[in-house]
Amino acid sequence: MATLPEDIPAAAVARGPWREAWTVFLRNRAAVMGLAILTLMALLVAFGPMLYAVDPFDLVGAPMSPPGSPDSPLGTDYLGRDIVAGLVWGGRPTVVVGFCAALITALIGITVGSLSGYYGGNVDRVLGRLVELFQVLPALLFAMVLITLFSASAVTVTFAIGVVAWPGMARLTRAEFLRIKQLDFVRAARAIGASDARIILRTILPNALPPIMVSATLATGTAILFQAGLSFLGLTDPNVMSWGLMIGSSRNYLREAWWAVTFPGLCIFLTVLAISLVGDGLNDAFNPKLRDR
Amino acid sequence: MSFVALIVRRIAHAVALLLAVAVLNFALIHLAPGDAVDSIVGEMGGASAETIASLRHAYGLDQSLPAQLLIYLKHVATGDLGQSMYFSRPVLGLIMERVPATVILVFSALLLSLVLGTALGVLAARYPRSWLSAAVTVVSLFGFSAPVFWSGLMLLLLFASVIPILPSSGMYDVVANAQGLAGVIDVVYHLVLPASTLAFIYLALYSRMARASMLEVLGSDYVRTARAKGVPERTVIFKHALRNALLPVVTIAGLQFSGMLAGAVLVETVFTWPGLGQLAYESILRRDNQLILGILLLSSLLVIVGNLLTDLLYRLIDPRIKAGG
Repeated sequence: MATLPEDIPAAAVARGPWREAWTVFLRNRAAVMGLAILTLMALLVAFGPMLYAVDPFDLVGAPMSPPGSPDSPLGTDYLGRDIVAGLVWGGRPTVVVGFCAALITALIGITVGSLSGYYGGNVDRVLGRLVELFQVLPALLFAMVLITLFSASAVTVTFAIGVVAWPGMARLTRAEFLRIKQLDFVRAARAIGASDARIILRTILPNALPPIMVSATLATGTAILFQAGLSFLGLTDPNVMSWGLMIGSSRNYLREAWWAVTFPGLCIFLTVLAISLVGDGLNDAFNPKLRDR
Repeated sequence: MSFVALIVRRIAHAVALLLAVAVLNFALIHLAPGDAVDSIVGEMGGASAETIASLRHAYGLDQSLPAQLLIYLKHVATGDLGQSMYFSRPVLGLIMERVPATVILVFSALLLSLVLGTALGVLAARYPRSWLSAAVTVVSLFGFSAPVFWSGLMLLLLFASVIPILPSSGMYDVVANAQGLAGVIDVVYHLVLPASTLAFIYLALYSRMARASMLEVLGSDYVRTARAKGVPERTVIFKHALRNALLPVVTIAGLQFSGMLAGAVLVETVFTWPGLGQLAYESILRRDNQLILGILLLSSLLVIVGNLLTDLLYRLIDPRIKAGG
């Protein structure tokens, strides 16, 4: 298949590379399966609570009743709370916090990376040190500290996850900017007198987007794992049911009620797995060199 | 630049980085609502305005921010990380008691995942169409996507409950209280589940990296030359290819140290492994701020030292990298 040289800006060939990437993506079975799981999970998280109106905190049956009864198909936890209700309601905080945190990660990472790569010199040196500083902080511990010092609200948790995860994104964006800013069409833009802001946002960034999008997809998976870990430790709002919280509160009853721990973990696993598959698929689709592997 | 000069420069860099972490720590303490005196007064059940003022003075909290920063840095430099509110003991001592357990856990996990991951990756690269190659893909997807605390609990369910062959928590058998060699064996026995859980995430990463980098090396000209010369396949793989393929794996391993420390927090909580992570978790539940910040600082130090060692190791393995670069 004919592939386009990398240095042709997307605008010049009118959506060609994007449509082509989509075609390649659709041919990747694992990626399509990931997209299907992800769609299912999104539907569950968005509409599940409307269809399954049991409150996840209500004590609906005998404690630790095993899966299989018509009232609670996946059983109840050590207090008698319905597992299905927990799964249906517990997805929202996990997925929403994960998504917003990844957005913050992308925003900080792209800003720092593009300034660093575009201006170089002292700007690059100072921002480089900042990236390094955040890379040596143990991310989960730092997020835990932020939550303890400030609050356990969803906003703090989102911010804490977003703020610890950006260095990777910044490095990637910087590398892309360093590569693209040498290319002829960027020089042409500068020659006709385009401002720095315009060159960064309109000329370079659109061409740097494919790898950034892959990385942002994977960052969403990481952020979801982070949120799950924090709520497993009981550091998120205890009045909001989430998958991690279900595992954390039932883990002392692992032997007696394995289902209360296994199913929520399976939901986290499937969601993150689907995101990784989609991320890998995007990576292959955007990267012609990898296609034939 | 000589190797010694390089080491000196890298150490200076590491110290600067640590200083930055300390300043960030200080900033966090001051951005957070309430200060140390507020918590003391809270524990005392309230105090008069004069008492509060004299406490603020005693803690140096009535001075300007830059002056306070200087005092804080001076304390950190002399190893004084403050007092734990809960234990009423110096923070540094409490942390030092817990460091060995975490270091044992993280290093065994690192070693396990590195050795096993490289082996799997090399085999998968050697036989790209085999079931093994497919298995590496599946394992790496699982390792990337399963929350570590959950896979830990699942292993616990399997090997401590369904097939009860391994201990479920702690670092030693308190009842047996074995000494000497028996004591070491006891710790290893307790280490199997937590170290495997932590290693699992990184096994995924290393097997994938090792496979990719091995595939690349196996396609290179000098490997073709070696094969054309009639060098035995075993020598080609281990002597020509593996050495070069390992470089990126080592770099990544060093960079993952920080992530592994974070993973240790969750794994230690699941298996009640008495390390830094568990201490951090307990201190967070107790709102023991001084201790938490001390742990953050110390673990950043561990990461910085880990990165420094990787950097030097990398330069020792690969002479192509010029010292100043």
